[in-house]
Amino acid sequence: MTYRVEPDAIAVQRGPETGGLGSVARAFGETLRGLKTTFGRLVEGPVTIQYPEEKTPVYPRFRGRHKLHKFEDTDLEKCVGCSLCVAACPSDCIRVVAAENTPEHRVSAGERYAEVYEINMTRCIFCGYCEVACPFDAITMGHDYELSDYDRSDLIFTKEMLLAEPVERTPLRREGE
Amino acid sequence: MLPLADTTFVETTGVWVIKSVVIFAFVMGVVPMILLLERKLLGRFQNRYGPNRVGPYGLLQPLADVVKLASKEPFYPATGVPRLMAIAPAIMIITALASIAIIPFGDVEKGFGSKFGLYGIDVNIGILYAFAFGSLAFYGLMLGGWASGSKYSFLGAMRAAAQLISYEVSLGLSLIGVVMMAGSLSLVDIVKAQDAVWYVVPQFVGFLIFTIAGFAETNRPPFDLPEADAELVAGYNTEYGGMRFGSFFMAEYINMIVIAGLAAAMFFGGWMGPGPSGLDPLWMVLKMFAIIVFFIWIRATMPRLRYDQLMSFGWKILLPLATLNLLVTAVLVSTT
Repeated sequence: MTYRVEPDAIAVQRGPETGGLGSVARAFGETLRGLKTTFGRLVEGPVTIQYPEEKTPVYPRFRGRHKLHKFEDTDLEKCVGCSLCVAACPSDCIRVVAAENTPEHRVSAGERYAEVYEINMTRCIFCGYCEVACPFDAITMGHDYELSDYDRSDLIFTKEMLLAEPVERTPLRREGE
Repeated sequence: MLPLADTTFVETTGVWVIKSVVIFAFVMGVVPMILLLERKLLGRFQNRYGPNRVGPYGLLQPLADVVKLASKEPFYPATGVPRLMAIAPAIMIITALASIAIIPFGDVEKGFGSKFGLYGIDVNIGILYAFAFGSLAFYGLMLGGWASGSKYSFLGAMRAAAQLISYEVSLGLSLIGVVMMAGSLSLVDIVKAQDAVWYVVPQFVGFLIFTIAGFAETNRPPFDLPEADAELVAGYNTEYGGMRFGSFFMAEYINMIVIAGLAAAMFFGGWMGPGPSGLDPLWMVLKMFAIIVFFIWIRATMPRLRYDQLMSFGWKILLPLATLNLLVTAVLVSTT
């Protein structure tokens, strides 16, 4: 049986034959080439980002620690305690207990408000579904990603913690960066 | 018969003691610096910084390492032989330090009421002395690996033995060319003979063989098979910890200094350099420093060889090449 070479067959690139003086010279040359390559890295300088001192800037749509928002003019909370975020959360890490607004005690712009709003950061997977589910843009994802702590219970963020403006620790990536 | 080196003066015992203390202190002070230099440079060769957390620019890193090692518990595995395991690092460090003695940092100087040479000792057997101690160092490796009673240590020690034996031959033969051209075994005389031209020019092949065999002798990459971490954990020093491991480690770096010193003295004109004779030790140290940087550069560049490649390279290429180099040098030296 004869073997027919297909027109689209690819010619395999093979290295030169080993052995002999030629290969000794080649080995010497290749060693020099290798030395040149590593020396090039030395000239380039380090690319390390010295993390705790300098931080990688994040993109504007980076999903970090959540933020709860208030209306800037009336100082009322945007959250109306509808629990849609709880329903949307795939890892079940949000707990909302709603209460009625009264004329004496008005917390949110709607009929009800969130008396308890807790996010368990040890469970959160930062998918951003809560942000999507929220009809009033009361909850959004922030830029903070430094969320480690010594105690698990410290990682359950209460409403006050989520409402408070976080210490901006994360640089934002500029246009074209 | 080769004329043996002879000194025309006798140094007093006091001078010997001072010289040995100075050389010992210098070497022991330089080892941590080389350690840091290696880690820093390796980092730069890989686009990173290397250690820079302990002290300014990470300068205290070797201190931290040594303190950490020294405060660790000496540990022996149940299958090990504690006495032999304790001797092995001592052998390594003694043999490594002994070889430093013959490396010349300068010529004979006058001062303090007598003449003294800027070297540990100018023995008339010169490099033979270095080879003798280089061969003894192998007992340290072998004992350490075997007495550990671990398969990795044993395999590492076996590899070290085979590697040292095969490369020691080429190392010796590559230097005999230089010895023939200088007509002396003494390192001081060899350096003096390089007044006109460094031996790296006429003995370039010998220099290449010496460099390659030197990498193998010091167990440095690409010939670090005795401690190939991918397959042997850490080779002969797998079961070692604390300062015993530290001694092995230090001996490796002292061996590197020895090889760098030998290379500088035999091929790069030793202490020869411009300037007054007071600068001689500086030139020697500078040349050794450059060679050590080259060692580190090679480590950052070359991958480790496979074991059979190492063996076939040593016996089938390096040894015939060294012999050929020797024969050609012999013919040239005897005809001129």
